[in-house]
Amino acid sequence: MTSLPSLPTPKKLGLVIDLDVCVGCHACVISCKEWNTGGYGAALSDQDPYGADVSGTFLNRIHTFEVVPEGGQVIGEAGEARIVHFPKSCLHCEDAPCVTVCPTGASYKRAEDGIVLVDESKCIGCGLCAWSCAYGAREMDLAAGVMKKCTLCVDRIYNETLKEVDRVPSCVRTCPANARHFGDLGDASSEVSRMVAERGGYDLMPEQGTRPTNKYLPPRPRKPLAASAGSAVLAENTHDAKGFFAWLDGMLDRI
Amino acid sequence: MHPAFSIIVFTTLSGLGYGLAAVLGLGLLDASTLSVKLAHIGALAMIAAGLLASTLHLGNPQRAWRALSQWRSSWLSREGVMAIASFVPLTVTAWFAIVEGRHLAVAGLAGTLMCGATVYCTAMIYGSLRSIQAWNTGLTPLCYLLFAAAGGFLLASVAGYSSGSRGPVCAAIAILFVVAAWICKQKWWTRLRTLAPFSTPESATGLGHIGHVRLFERPHVNENYLTREMGFKVARKHALKLSRLAILSGGLAPVLLLLVAILAGGSAAVPAAVLAVFCYALGLVVERWLFFAEARHAVMTYYEG
Amino acid sequence: MKSEPHVALSEPVSDEVRKTTCYMCACRCGIDVHLKDGKVRYIEGNRDHPVNRGVLCAKGSAGIMQHYAPARLRAPLLRTGPRGSGEFKEISWDDALELATGWLDGVRHADPKKLAFFTGRDQSQSLTGFWAQQFGTPNYAAHGGFCSVNMAAAGIMTIGGAFWEFGAPDWDRTKLFVMFGVAEDHDSNPLKIGISKLKKRGARFVSVNPVRTGYSAVADNWIGIRPGTDGLLILAVIHELLKARKIDVDYIVRYSNATWLVVDAPGTAEHGLFVRDAEGKPQIFESVTEQVVALGSKGARAALSGRVELPDGRFAVPSFQLLAEKYLDPQYAPEAVAAETGVAADVIRGLAAEIARVAFDEAITIDQPWTDMNGERHEAFVGRPVSFHAMRGLSAHSNGFQTARALHMLQVLIGAVDCPGAFRFEPPYPKPIEAHPTPHGKAEHFGSNKPLSGPHLGFPRGPEDLLIDADGKPMRIDKAFSWDAPISAHGLMHMVIANAHAGDPYPIDLMFLYMANMAWNSSMNTAGVIRMLEDKDPATGAYRIPKIIYSDAYSSEMVAYADLVLPDTTYLERHDCISLLDRPISEPDAVQDAIRWPVVEPDRDVRGFQSVLIDLGARLKLPGFVDSRGKALYADYADYIVRHERRPGIGPLAGFRGSNGDRAGRGAINRNQLDRYIENGSFFSAHIPLEAQFFKHANKAYQDFAVRMGFFDEPKPVTFQLYQESLQKFRLSAEGLREPVAPETHRERILATFDPLPMWYRPFEEAAVSREDYPYHAITQRPAAMYHSWGSMNAWLRQIHTRNPLYVPGPICDEIGLVDGDWVWVISHHGRIKVEVARMEAVNSSTIWTWNAIGKRAGAWALDKDAPEAKKGFLMNHLIHELLPPKGDGMRWSNSDPVTGQAAWYDLRVRIEKAEPAEVSEPHLAAVAQPGGARPHADELRYGQEWAE
Ligand SMILES: Nc1nc2c(c(=O)[nH]1)N[C@H]1C(S)=C(S)[C@@H](COP(=O)(O)OP(=O)(O)OC[C@H]3O[C@@H](n4cnc5c(=O)[nH]c(N)nc54)[C@H](O)[C@@H]3O)O[C@H]1N2
Ligand SMILES: Nc1nc2c(c(=O)[nH]1)N[C@H]1C(S)=C(S)[C@@H](COP(=O)(O)OP(=O)(O)OC[C@H]3O[C@@H](n4cnc5c(=O)[nH]c(N)nc54)[C@H](O)[C@@H]3O)O[C@H]1N2
Ligand code: SF4
Ligand code: SF4
Ligand code: SF4
Ligand code: SF4
Ligand code: SF4
Ligand SMILES: [Mo]
Repeated sequence: MTSLPSLPTPKKLGLVIDLDVCVGCHACVISCKEWNTGGYGAALSDQDPYGADVSGTFLNRIHTFEVVPEGGQVIGEAGEARIVHFPKSCLHCEDAPCVTVCPTGASYKRAEDGIVLVDESKCIGCGLCAWSCAYGAREMDLAAGVMKKCTLCVDRIYNETLKEVDRVPSCVRTCPANARHFGDLGDASSEVSRMVAERGGYDLMPEQGTRPTNKYLPPRPRKPLAASAGSAVLAENTHDAKGFFAWLDGMLDRI
Repeated sequence: MHPAFSIIVFTTLSGLGYGLAAVLGLGLLDASTLSVKLAHIGALAMIAAGLLASTLHLGNPQRAWRALSQWRSSWLSREGVMAIASFVPLTVTAWFAIVEGRHLAVAGLAGTLMCGATVYCTAMIYGSLRSIQAWNTGLTPLCYLLFAAAGGFLLASVAGYSSGSRGPVCAAIAILFVVAAWICKQKWWTRLRTLAPFSTPESATGLGHIGHVRLFERPHVNENYLTREMGFKVARKHALKLSRLAILSGGLAPVLLLLVAILAGGSAAVPAAVLAVFCYALGLVVERWLFFAEARHAVMTYYEG
Repeated sequence: MKSEPHVALSEPVSDEVRKTTCYMCACRCGIDVHLKDGKVRYIEGNRDHPVNRGVLCAKGSAGIMQHYAPARLRAPLLRTGPRGSGEFKEISWDDALELATGWLDGVRHADPKKLAFFTGRDQSQSLTGFWAQQFGTPNYAAHGGFCSVNMAAAGIMTIGGAFWEFGAPDWDRTKLFVMFGVAEDHDSNPLKIGISKLKKRGARFVSVNPVRTGYSAVADNWIGIRPGTDGLLILAVIHELLKARKIDVDYIVRYSNATWLVVDAPGTAEHGLFVRDAEGKPQIFESVTEQVVALGSKGARAALSGRVELPDGRFAVPSFQLLAEKYLDPQYAPEAVAAETGVAADVIRGLAAEIARVAFDEAITIDQPWTDMNGERHEAFVGRPVSFHAMRGLSAHSNGFQTARALHMLQVLIGAVDCPGAFRFEPPYPKPIEAHPTPHGKAEHFGSNKPLSGPHLGFPRGPEDLLIDADGKPMRIDKAFSWDAPISAHGLMHMVIANAHAGDPYPIDLMFLYMANMAWNSSMNTAGVIRMLEDKDPATGAYRIPKIIYSDAYSSEMVAYADLVLPDTTYLERHDCISLLDRPISEPDAVQDAIRWPVVEPDRDVRGFQSVLIDLGARLKLPGFVDSRGKALYADYADYIVRHERRPGIGPLAGFRGSNGDRAGRGAINRNQLDRYIENGSFFSAHIPLEAQFFKHANKAYQDFAVRMGFFDEPKPVTFQLYQESLQKFRLSAEGLREPVAPETHRERILATFDPLPMWYRPFEEAAVSREDYPYHAITQRPAAMYHSWGSMNAWLRQIHTRNPLYVPGPICDEIGLVDGDWVWVISHHGRIKVEVARMEAVNSSTIWTWNAIGKRAGAWALDKDAPEAKKGFLMNHLIHELLPPKGDGMRWSNSDPVTGQAAWYDLRVRIEKAEPAEVSEPHLAAVAQPGGARPHADELRYGQEWAE
């Protein structure tokens, strides 16, 4: 199974993440942890949970970047520095190196929908797949000694015991800002594909040649407020209070 | 990358072991001598110890056998398969050497080839990873092969000198390989240290069109598996110092000591060769440590900005 | 190729789903709690819930870890060691309640004001307030004084409702949304849902905030204002709008007091007050007949300008004339305020232009006829789709009340209150000020063994309503409703410990606190407050604050300072009521309330605090808690929620009333009410008819609806108070023209800050300290994934913010040579802290900041003593004093808004100096022991492993 399925898979299920609205709230992070720690495979453990070196296994994490335009100024409008919140989980790459490096076949990409999974019963915990992933999407669970990664909530999206609307990944369902979207990126007519086309969705680290399924939507372009300063709306109509009150009188007559 | 003790031990020991086994397979040395017999045992022991060490870092070593299944795509799997497969000719060769005191040419040569292949596979586990740009070069397997060969001939020269036959030949070849290996390694280092990063915070986030991208807040404050495993950093100036130390200990010292052995011969040769091996092994450990410690994983573009 | 492994795709998630209400913060989202084998398997958002519509924040999802946190208290605790040591013994509930009853009863009998009962961010203030009133102490309030009373008071006094939980932007229709000083806010999930919606529609979102994180990060425009100057920015926008005549004249004439005549007779007791007739009706100037007539006279066309001579010979002007003259002054021109606010004039003008353009050129209509309170019929609702929201960035300054007033004035001037596309009220708001009580607590309002004669909190209409004695001295322990803070509608919880310690205005015997971490993050001057709690009277050896009862659910820093601890349950283990009598979950188009219920049973000897309070009420035989024979009226809180009635037919819950459960708002008691709530997902929602959904302040259909629902017994329309008469009354007192006359010490301050028209002045601390000595602002922000101090005991949440750095603007870093990880001293007029820094560019260049309440005291929250929260985390609170720096006059004023007493957290001014590298932030207080004894916790957590196959 280590070989990748013959490409492309009939469906390419994945996420589309909208950087224009992600507020960095970490809701998806905890929801993911919560769903998956009692679900697919071993629990997502936490080491030293109430101590100095607390750390745990997470399948989805939010990084926060600061983007500073060249010669940017801090205050004002044009070209100032900004913060971009950046969620990251497995991108379910088409050319997934994490799958091909796996010596045991534990790591595999589903032929049907392209989801990249780890069959924990085969995993020896060698960690090589995590090394091969440029995105940091795999984390070894230190308690179970097996590799964990985003499952695309495979145990939700096909789960017939859930209502149809709920058959989406936990992180997508919970995101308060609606920054996460789930769908078939192999189907050009799907909502996610359309979103990607309209908003210029892109790949992370295209140079790695992994051809991620997940896409990111860039922050929308912004129009500075100062650009409206000169608009006709505020053309000076009154020069003094008297003129203003005269105008008021006229207005009152019309009411 | 985190320089895990188990992996350093594994690559160093198994490299030496395969190197020696490969040289022994060539039949240069007199298989009837005690020291060559011991060399056969030593090679197998080093290989076995290395392989055992490599399982130490596994989360579930009891399933290690599964790692043999994916030789079609996985270098790690290939390495496992080759390691096991090479045991066949190696034990056969060793058996004949130890029990019958003779060299079995076909098995020996097959063993030599398979040792090379195994070392190549080991190297390719690292060399094939695009995510670790420092490793992702043909120089990586070349270095591993040359270091294995140099180690093999170094050890062989000990055996040669102690058995009284072909010591100087082995030592001379060893010098050639040691020099070649460190030249190759120097190239590797030059490449590493002048590398333009393949992935940048800008390409990692796709936000380069807005401006310069810098990490502002980590996802979680403390270290996590990824930062511990891949976030190891060694200061550049320490790296330079250590690489010089590696060359001195693993290159210059063995070469000088082997020259002493060749020139002085006699009773000085064996200790000189043994000392050369120790110096070399120490240099190699430092080299391996740096191999990991200096390599930057692409994922750190997300964690360091 | 082998076949793929089999994956179980359709495993049932849980055995059972129980729907209740989240309380990982005060947003009150609906949650589906999945239970498996009697344990919580998974918590997700309730899709049908009107607050969160299925989404859940990080805290909400981390409820599992809160519920099973080792920091949970396990049984009532009696202090055995000295205060602050954390040494306690566990006692039985019987003993605990007996002890508490004894203490309380003694005080009630001797001098009820010697009980100070203050509660934190609970959601049962209608119960706690009722209890305190029946007890009879004047000293009760909740936490609003240190939270956001500026926002609440300014909103209620100006438009009859506040942003703060009682209103929301019309997310589906607004085209321009301007947000001031918000990091998370209470309504955090709805805000996120809303922001996402409007971004999707292409509406513009402007955030005014010194720091560009969170919501500000996704805003289309970020105005990185200098803290404390928003008032000026808003007034400059108003200046531009007036100058360009971009105001909704029809709207202000109809709905505001713009036309009301104001007496212009300086030096007299009526100067600046409204001209009123004998019945108290405001007068206007009818411009056709040129007569002064009563407001509401048929056919009258009220003037907005002109100086009128009154029949008695005095002069008067419409209040709008005062307003327009004031803000047209060039001191409010964008150029004039640019330097002080740090906002470029072009940006201010651009903001004004966008507001004007969207309000007037992109007006929207909803074709729904409606009738106003004057009986006039309108064909449609006209909307000005500009909406605003603001929170503590405005509120937590000593000029916050006036700033928030300015913002509401802006909304009214452009006609953007409760119309389509604008800010909309959520029932039971709007409410005119007349619908709010005046405060009670004067000497004649209470006495031994009797209830207080009315509610504690309210809105003084003028100085005559102050709770002061004949000498002008405060009656309340927090000095609320005194000359110090006349309109402190939520009390001043942040002053209670300091005042009680000083015995000023008088000592107290018993402090009873609930759910407020006063020995840590909710106090200013934390180390000082701790010393006050520990301080003993050298003469008697007794603590200066003799007895402290505290209810908490977890081992917070405050627990260590209590003498008796009443351990509460977690939110999944108790009944709660999110009531229309308190802070409900209504939406602009629906009346809503909610409950919590025990979805899991406690596994410890803990009790829901409300039930305990009701029990104490019965033991004390407080009226309202016992019947005429002294028998307890209610079994517990659940029983109270169902059977308590405030007025006939009006109880804590509005839904499923009447014996059949078919009545909403008013109705007889329904014994199955809680079951009906649970069946309905633990909330109740009644839609407001479309005709009644907008212009609620003046909409007949809405007013009738409000009466039907029982918010009022008769219609209570609201007239927006652009000009605030009650403030002028205080100024008259300060001028010595009105009784009671303000004490000399307070006059200057009142005259300077009680302008009846919104104004701006420099925040007090900034004005008091030198700009050279303390050049920077220091503020905090709420992290989305943490709720104050609660988050750190949560194994998942604490990983996100295990410690907090001080964020320092890049230019300052460059100036003093700081890189990430360096240490600095941050120094204020009051103290210094030593902390680790991180660089930031997207921040106002004179503002440093950090995440709030991440720093923990070593030993608290059942964390290891070397937890990063305690070692490297820090509180800004150590730098903030509860008093302003002393001035020449010897008075030390409270560091609060002069009108409302709101704690001025964000007025802090500091300098920073590079420090030696360190491992521990300073101050580092001695570790406390875990109350009730330390229990070793696991080194590894594998929650849910038992369900892994
Ligand atoms: N520097 C700075 N200081 C600030 C602020 C700031 O912005 N900056 N913000 C201020 C504001 S607005 C506020 S509201 C305060 C908040 O300050 P607090 O209200 O003191 O904050 P919390 O940390 O939430 O503490 C509340 C206490 O309630 C306890 N608790 C939690 N759940 C329960 C429960 O179910 N039952 C009971 N009985 N107890 C429970 C917690 O354990 C905790 O001890 O902080 C203020 N302090
Ligand atoms: N996740 C989470 N949610 C919470 C809480 C929590 O602790 N965690 N606490 C709850 C409580 S009790 C409250 S009171 C609310 C408060 O909700 P917020 O008002 O969102 O609270 P703060 O974090 O104090 O945010 C104040 C914002 O104002 C900015 N600011 C500071 N000074 C100024 C100024 O002068 N002008 C402007 N324009 N902005 C300024 C700060 O940068 C910050 O972004 O949140 C509630 N919701
Ligand atoms: S993101 Fe990483 S783990 Fe996921 S498929 Fe791609 S390479 Fe594999
Ligand atoms: S850690 Fe597990 S999944 Fe990853 S490569 Fe090794 S065996 Fe495969
Ligand atoms: S799809 Fe599921 S597993 Fe993947 S990040 Fe989202 S919640 Fe986690
Ligand atoms: S839940 Fe949504 S908004 Fe929050 S961090 Fe995740 S993607 Fe961003
Ligand atoms: S915002 Fe989060 S913590 Fe607050 S009630 Fe909603 S889900 Fe719970
Ligand atoms: Mo608050």
